[in-house]
Amino acid sequence: MGASFSAEDGLQSVPALLRRNATTLANAPAYREKELGIWQTWSWSQVQEEVQALALGLLQLGVKKGDFIAIIGHNRPCMYWSMSAAQSVGAVPVPLYEDAVAEEMVYVLSHCSARFVIAADQEQVDKVIEIQDRLPQFEQMIYADPRGLRKYNHARLHQFSVVQDQGRAATDAVRSELDDRIAALDYDSICVMLYTSGTTGKPKGVVLSNRNIIVSARNACDFDNITSNDALLSYLPIAWVGDFIFTLGQSMWCGLCVNCPESKETVLSDLREIGPSYYFAPPRIFESMLTTVVLRMEDASRPKQKMYEYFMAHAKNVGNDILDGKPVSTIDRLKYAIGDFTTYAPLKNALGLSRVRVGYTAGEAIGPEIFDFFRSLGINLKQLYGQTEASVFITLQPDGEVRSDTVGVPAPDVEVKIGANGEVYYRSPGVFVEYYKNPESTAETKDADGWVATGDAGFFEESTGHLRIIDRAKDVAKLSNGAMFAPKFVENKLKFYPSILEAVVFGAARDHCCAFINIDLEAVGNWAERNNISYASYQELAGHPQVLDSIQGYVEEINRQVAVDDMLSGCQIHRFLILHKELDADDGELTRTRKVRRKVITEKFKDLVDALYDGSQHIDTETEVTYEDGRKGKISARLTIREAAVQTPAQKVAAE
Amino acid sequence: MADMADAGYTTADGRKIGGIVMEMKNITLRFGGVVAIKDISFDIREGEIRAIIGPNGAGKSSMLNVINGFYHPQEGDIFFHGKKRRSLKPYQIAEQGTARTFQNIALFKGMSTLDNIMTGRITHMKTNLLDQMLWWRSAEAEEVANREVVERIIDFLEIQAIRKTPVGRLPYGLQKRVELGRALAAEPKLLLLDEPMAGMNVEEKEDMSRFILDVNDEFGTTIALIEHDMGVVMDIADRVVVMDYGKKIGDGTPSEVRANQAVIDAYLGVAHD
Repeated sequence: MGASFSAEDGLQSVPALLRRNATTLANAPAYREKELGIWQTWSWSQVQEEVQALALGLLQLGVKKGDFIAIIGHNRPCMYWSMSAAQSVGAVPVPLYEDAVAEEMVYVLSHCSARFVIAADQEQVDKVIEIQDRLPQFEQMIYADPRGLRKYNHARLHQFSVVQDQGRAATDAVRSELDDRIAALDYDSICVMLYTSGTTGKPKGVVLSNRNIIVSARNACDFDNITSNDALLSYLPIAWVGDFIFTLGQSMWCGLCVNCPESKETVLSDLREIGPSYYFAPPRIFESMLTTVVLRMEDASRPKQKMYEYFMAHAKNVGNDILDGKPVSTIDRLKYAIGDFTTYAPLKNALGLSRVRVGYTAGEAIGPEIFDFFRSLGINLKQLYGQTEASVFITLQPDGEVRSDTVGVPAPDVEVKIGANGEVYYRSPGVFVEYYKNPESTAETKDADGWVATGDAGFFEESTGHLRIIDRAKDVAKLSNGAMFAPKFVENKLKFYPSILEAVVFGAARDHCCAFINIDLEAVGNWAERNNISYASYQELAGHPQVLDSIQGYVEEINRQVAVDDMLSGCQIHRFLILHKELDADDGELTRTRKVRRKVITEKFKDLVDALYDGSQHIDTETEVTYEDGRKGKISARLTIREAAVQTPAQKVAAE
Repeated sequence: MADMADAGYTTADGRKIGGIVMEMKNITLRFGGVVAIKDISFDIREGEIRAIIGPNGAGKSSMLNVINGFYHPQEGDIFFHGKKRRSLKPYQIAEQGTARTFQNIALFKGMSTLDNIMTGRITHMKTNLLDQMLWWRSAEAEEVANREVVERIIDFLEIQAIRKTPVGRLPYGLQKRVELGRALAAEPKLLLLDEPMAGMNVEEKEDMSRFILDVNDEFGTTIALIEHDMGVVMDIADRVVVMDYGKKIGDGTPSEVRANQAVIDAYLGVAHD
């Protein structure tokens, strides 16, 4: 039996929860990390010791109450411990995206005036050193992995383990100072500050209090009955609110075990070894899993393929109903059981999803085929809708009421309403305190009664009470003929094709819609290999006539689907082109969570947008790209523009 | 380098280079009538990165094979830690603490990355075949100890994701890295690298350069490397020997070599303006 907790007095901060876990769950596994090929485990009491040692070390380095400590790195226990240690000394942890380039860090680090930085390795240390001259308030940096850093000037650099050792040798005065600081924390003290990637403008620092985090974590644990018996794999960016809620919030609240992968490249095999019971992934990950399965089945022997096809077809028919507890005939159940033995269970095992009890996807719309594929295998995959400003949870799908086109009902303690313009508003204990040093934006987003504007347009389905999200409210616009234009609606449909990685649809205030398409190199590359199409580069593959033909087929199929929708039939794509480069966060075209930055793209590729609308067949273009190390280069290309067949509503009527 | 005392020198980036580890004196190597190496002398000092460069056919790989004990020079002497080295077999030289990689990758293609690197531990294995078969006595402890060393190397070279992958399925750049891993597994004092960056793209070259520098920095390993890519050599080497047609035409720091007229003419190309 896993321990379960209810709200108690005195547990008003994450460090307090950690101290409780160290007593009630002393020997239960708290963190695991694969190191030197072996899963190393830390119990809750060991974690408490590690965090305390670091916190004492931080006190000795001179961390004051209210200081901001930037934490930059990948998912390692020591990074999470750094956050807890920062909280313990009354400082505010500010986790940053590890793949952010130095330039992006300047803004965040100077905006929050971080005096201290805790960095994972040499790569991150180098970035901070590169920009330190522009950070007058920056004082000391701690690094976790000493590799390659021995020769560095250690005037302002400290090794993580050394700081901990100094902490362990701390005097009683320092220890009692730490106790005082932890005791001073309450529901209203700041738990964390997270910078939103910002689809528009500069990132904003979202301040979340202990109340926000702890109440949201508690509600989420109760909603799905998550306990200390559960385990999750933390592999998503530590600067992302979801990772913070799951890994620090929910884990601290209910004592579930956090597992950290060996390296970024080994996530899939680590997932398989750990077999988490609580799993979160953005749709992109499920998409790539499905793509991998489909590709590998194409390489399998004929009998295996036949078996796979047969049982997957059966799962498609009844799998969802069995999972939802709906009536299914005994014969079908028996057939499903055989399928489970021969196909579904081995497949789930290969994907590392055998033990998933609760799985969530969010962030973007997920393709119905992808969603149903995983659910039909018996994986309880659900959708949630959330935001950094809400401490994630706004709506959740309860078990048994799961569909791919809704995002569920309001989460516990959350009120949701739809504004006059169709925008979704919410109010909850998870609502953020403020945007740091930005009262204007705070006031714009959150009104006096605590209602927060999501910026998304949506509506409640009357029959079920489930929320449906159409698009970003500000992206919903009108075509010049007055028809409604919701780009995301069409883009999501396009992206459900494995060959299409990203799509950007234009049409606001124009007389028809056009689109940029980004191909998925893995899927299209594999297809090219099978069809004996040779190519030397991404660019060449993207411009290949046969690739254009197949993408055109998809676009026309989507046009047929869109034409049926009365409200959105104007969103059919008339002309499109395939981009010569992958849209990339390093170039500012996507956010770090890989959402399309519409404005940046429209400006950057203005020549291409113009070409889409001026009727030309070809366009020569040159684009600046940023390499991972921050250097810049240029690529030039000649792109072909294709026309896609469009359904007129009249034809639709004729067809009926 | 004229002021270089026997005790060593300090590099521009502040590393202390020690005394002479290996010294070649008047080495001449012939294959029948072909003179591959002609009267070459140079030394390798403790803790330094020593590069041997030269155009194709200059005798670089032959030089490495001489150091490695694969070829025995007809004339000249090799001093290892001040003592004259007898003609040894390559395995005896390996036991003395010398490991190498090869120009055209010599891994066991069907074996995993892990197993390939484990083979590099062979000189550190003391238990015999019977112990190993029966899993007797110290066999298990030895295996665990060796595995730990190998896992540290895997971590160091960031190849965790391909630990269990047969090396034959890996791309070329990664195979090169595995080969470096196997050489490191021997915990060599002197590491010989034969064109570690041949056939790599820019990114792979940068990675490999970083690994070579890190090996030198973390383990204090002395490294002698042959390389074609001048940019790489000038960036990472402390001292460079330049060979042409089996002869030594230059020796010194990268900047000295770059300024040497004979070297410019023979290898770096003559400026026409």
